[in-house]
Amino acid sequence: MKVVIQEAVFDPWKEVSSYQDKNIGAGKHGASVTFVGSMRDFNDGVEGLSQMYLDHYPGMTEKHIEKVIQDALDKWDVIDAMVVHRVGLINPNDAIVLVVVWSEHRAMGFDACRFIINDLKHRAPFWKKEANEDGDRWVEGNSVDEAADVHSAEVAAAKKTG
Amino acid sequence: MKISVKYFANMRDTMGKAEESVEINAEAKVSDVWSAVSDTAMPENTLIAVNMEYTNADHKLNDGDELGFFPPVTGG
Repeated sequence: MKVVIQEAVFDPWKEVSSYQDKNIGAGKHGASVTFVGSMRDFNDGVEGLSQMYLDHYPGMTEKHIEKVIQDALDKWDVIDAMVVHRVGLINPNDAIVLVVVWSEHRAMGFDACRFIINDLKHRAPFWKKEANEDGDRWVEGNSVDEAADVHSAEVAAAKKTG
Repeated sequence: MKISVKYFANMRDTMGKAEESVEINAEAKVSDVWSAVSDTAMPENTLIAVNMEYTNADHKLNDGDELGFFPPVTGG
């Protein structure tokens, strides 16, 4: 398990291969399920976002994510997982968060990865403050289609009909 | 007893500080500390952590506890 909270820009793909080469035995995993969340330059109808500030609760954030990863490792038959999350000033297109789960088979990996990122969205103590030319504002909640642990197909169906 | 109180995100802006130390009677609950630091009711969606674990306003505190008040989270 690895949890990193950092201000520095990171390359998620290098993080995946670096951790995998050092910690996941060669030939032992059949899936590496990866989620990378990046900063958009729009959100909730606000365009032209120029920068974002990510606040967190030092100590609690790390402790919380470690517990969530351990819960995922206990709940699903997966090999290992890692999370890297930026804090501080972030620019559009920067990677904000990386979640990787290594497993023997893809189904367990997908489920565990979804479990971890959903918790990061709704329970881990991070707060976004967005800035554009009109000023800045604290984001009050994550996007509606991320507000529940629903299968993506249900979200897609809801969007088509509604 | 002494409680270390921390505020995050817009709650830090509202309180005008990131942290403070609060002297309060033994047996005090989280809600008692809020009443001691603010003249207004605790916002309904406030999240509470004691010693970095989520809890609620009825949580009974111990001397030296670290108490965090913050709004709904928006990470990921």
